Order: sequence, then structure tokens, then C-alpha cells
Amino acid sequence: MKILANTPVAAGLTLAGLVGLAFILPDWALFLLTIALAKGLVSLGIVTQMRAGLVSFGQGLFFGLGAYVAGLMAHFTGITDIFLMTILAVLATGLVGVVFGPLLAKYRGIFFAMLSLSLSMILYGTISKMTSIGGTDGLNVAAPTFLGYEPEARALSLSLYFYTAIITVIAGTLTRIYFDSQQGMISLAIRSNELRVEYLGASVRRAHTQNYIISAILGGLGGVITALAIGHVDPESAIYWTISGEFVFVAILAGYLSIPAVFAASIVLELVRSFSNLYFPNTWQLALGVFLLIVILTLPNGLGSLLHRRRA
Amino acid sequence: MTFALETRGMQKSFGAVTAAADINVEVPERAVWSLIGTNGAGKTTFVNLVTGYLHPDAGQILFKGRDITMLGPREITRAGICRSFQIPQLCGELTALENMLVSLAISSPETPSFFRKGHAKEAQDRAMAILERFQIADYAPRLMAELPAGVRKLLDIAMAMTGNPQVMMLDEPTSGVASEEKFPIMDLVMEALAAENVTTLFVEHDMDIVTRYSERVLAFYDGRIIADDAPDEVLSDPQVQRYVTGTIPGREGAQ
Repeated sequence: MKILANTPVAAGLTLAGLVGLAFILPDWALFLLTIALAKGLVSLGIVTQMRAGLVSFGQGLFFGLGAYVAGLMAHFTGITDIFLMTILAVLATGLVGVVFGPLLAKYRGIFFAMLSLSLSMILYGTISKMTSIGGTDGLNVAAPTFLGYEPEARALSLSLYFYTAIITVIAGTLTRIYFDSQQGMISLAIRSNELRVEYLGASVRRAHTQNYIISAILGGLGGVITALAIGHVDPESAIYWTISGEFVFVAILAGYLSIPAVFAASIVLELVRSFSNLYFPNTWQLALGVFLLIVILTLPNGLGSLLHRRRA
Repeated sequence: MTFALETRGMQKSFGAVTAAADINVEVPERAVWSLIGTNGAGKTTFVNLVTGYLHPDAGQILFKGRDITMLGPREITRAGICRSFQIPQLCGELTALENMLVSLAISSPETPSFFRKGHAKEAQDRAMAILERFQIADYAPRLMAELPAGVRKLLDIAMAMTGNPQVMMLDEPTSGVASEEKFPIMDLVMEALAAENVTTLFVEHDMDIVTRYSERVLAFYDGRIIADDAPDEVLSDPQVQRYVTGTIPGREGAQ
């Protein structure tokens, strides 16, 4: 286990494992994994904020923005290059994060959660009313191309999966480096005692703003990939508060100790959703609720405490 | 002459309660003064005003001649006035060592890094050296909940010291500590402060500590300074005895 403590080694092994899975898993599982990893990125953003004591209930804002960047680019410009879409989504969500981050960083607890929720619902309302981009019906998103490579069928889902795996591993590694850094440690200190951190001479608001921007970008990445994997984007499934709630669910399930745990929790959610839909339609939320309850009662620090020991 | 710390006509009230009524003090550099007074007399308000947690309704606060009246805690810490807390303000989810690492990362002249490890070896060495200086190195891997009161106090002060203060405000450094630990704790803290030539003001209820460690005492009552002199003079002042130390019970004559 010692070797896994080395971040680059762990990242390399994770990527190798994810690539290997592609040759074992059937198509439906590969698709599920792509979606789970993409949505896990969004939850990773919430975890970044959670480490400093804030929980955003409006990550649908960034997830939706990322998804709509992909949808609108393909729709209006015909550009379907996934790299360009990703870059544009990162810029768009980063910019929105830079604008709203300093404002929201003044608020704590439920006020922060509700404000972030309200921002996402403003976007939801706006896009729902914009019939020129599909309104509540949304848009179909053309299949992505990869620097001129235009895969189809199995090759397309494989390419998208590999792309997702690489983005996930890069984002996860950078986040781990950030969490372990001096700035990352300051976030943890803020979670425990904001007043002390200010009295030591660091700006709590600035730290919250940084985390907000990081979570915005992670949300955008997740949105782009999900829209491309599903081939469709609409406000209900990309921005509405229920989707934001799912991201929070995964973040709480995972806890903030371990980054792989976030993606594991996201996979759990997608699995429970698919199987419950199949065998007990309309009750999958019940299954999820029971599962979350058990995790909270037995592992108060989330699934991550199984992987990453820290006394608390 | 510029003073390390100076307040001019500093006033602060909370509704009908006057926590500071026209406070004027001039603290020379390297002075070690104590602040005494009953609960609610205005000692902690004085500390909160000087460190920017509160802003005065009127008056001025000068640090080495520079007006810091309206600055917040962060700017004032950066300027060189640090404080410790009556109830230690530690980060409960971090170990004692990590509390020091965070303090060092923040107080370092370089901006804390997004990439450099918080637990880097050299940072740990520096943190351990400070913990050793305060004789709490054995507690380095412990979380806050597991630390004895005296260790928490020392850690709280040690964290404030990482900011290389020129003026240190200690809010009741020995409150909540077993009586036999009080002198050893004060010895450690005062030695560390003296070694760095830090101007020190401490709030204290224990008169033995006041007499032993401070050159001069400010006695607070009802938001006012009612005595300001060497410890022996202040403690023998009848007003101080009546309102602060209670050594002359006011009602004795009536019995």
C-alpha cells in the first residue's frame, strides 16, 4: 500500500486499470462508467469546497454550462472537436466561477448552499425559456471528433471512455496535489476554524473563492463529457436542482479524504440507479437513501475513510 | 517618540454597555504589561480592538506611529500584532503538528503554494523546532481533542508566534490551566517572547502572575483604565482593591 501513497504512481496505475477495464466491460458498463467518471468530476468539485466547510447545492450551474457549451458549439458552429469543446467549457465555467466566486465566498453554510442553488436555477429558468436553443426539450449533441478522428459505434464509445479516463486521472491527480499542498492544508484549517486562519494572516474568502473556481471548472468538465456521451442536453437533466442534489449525495457518500472514493461513490450511484430502475422502478431513490444512511452511520467520514486513514 | 502601540481616545460601546470609554495608552517597545479587571471590564474588548476584530466607535489606534484603526485582523497580523486566545483557537481536524504547519505556511513571506507539499520535510522540521521550544513536541501527532488544556494554550501561543510579531497580545494565557502549570507555562512563553524582543500585553486574573511577569499593569473597570502603574502600586491602589482584586471587601464596614 505504501507505493500507492506516491501520487504519480497511483495515478499511473489508476489510468492503466481504467484502460484495462475497457477490454473487459460490456458496452452498457462502459457507458455507465463514462457517465460515472464524468459526474464524479463534478462531485470532486463539491469535495474541494467541502474540505473548507462549504457545500454547494448548485453545481448543476457548471455541469449545465459545460454540457451546453458542447451542445451549442456543435449546433451553431458545427465544431465537434472534443478538445476544443473541453477548453471552451473550462474557460466558460472558469469565467463564471471567477465572477460569482468572490460574491459567494462571503457566505457560509446554508446561505452559501442556497445562493449557489439559486444561481443554478436562474440558468435553468433562462435556458428553459430560450426556445431558440430548444427550451425544455434541449438539444441533440453531435458525436464528438478527436482532432480529426471521427470514430463511430464501439470505437466512439471507447474513444470517449479513454478521453474521460485521462481527464479524470489528470483532474484527480492535480486535485490530490492541491489537497496535499500548503493551500490545501489551509482549506482544511478553514473548515475547523476560520477565525484562527484570518488571525494567522490568510484570507478565508480568497481560499473559498479559489475552491469555488476549481469546482466550477471540474463541473464544466463533467458537463461536456456527459453531454457528449449521452448525445443530448436539456435543462432538466443538466441544471435542475435534483441533479445538483445527486452531486452532493456522491460527495457526502465519498467524504473528503480520498479522491478515488469520489469516483467509487459516483459509480455506486449510477449502478444503483440502473439496477433499481430495472428491477424496482420508481423506488431507486429509496435504495440510495438506505445506502447513504448506512454509510453515514457506519463511516461518518464517507467511503474515503476505508481507503485513506486519518484519525478524526 | 513612537510607541510600539498607542491608543488615543479609543471608545467602543455595545448598546448601553460601554466596553471602552476613552482609552489612552502608550506602550513603549519591548514593554511587558498586563491588563487586569473583572469580567466585563473591557480587557478582551481592548485586545479585540487592537487586533482589528472590532473597530472603535471613536479614537485611533497606532502601531509604531502607523494608523491601524480600521484594519482587519488579517492586515493587523501581517503588520506585526499577533494574539493568542482565552479559549485556544485551534483547528480541531488537524494534528498539533499540522496546526503549526498551517501557521508557518500562512506566515511565510511567500504566498502559500498550490503545489508544494504542506507536509514537506523542511516545514515539518521547522514546525517541530517550535513545538520543542514550547516543550509540546511529544503531542505533535495528536488531534486537538486529545490535548491537555495547558498544551492547547501553548500551541495557541506558538501558532501566534509564527507570525514573527512585534507586539503580542495574550488573552488570559493561563486561564483553564491547572495552577501548578501556570508558572512553567508563563516562563516558557515569556522567555520565547523576550528572546524575540516582542512587546507583550497580557490579560490575566492571577495576581501572582501579574506581579511576577509584568513591568506595568493597566487595571480596567467599566470600560475605563482606573490605574496604570507598576504592579505593586496598582495592587495597593484602593480603587483597584475595591473594583478589581476584591481585597478590600466594600461591604465590610456595614456589618
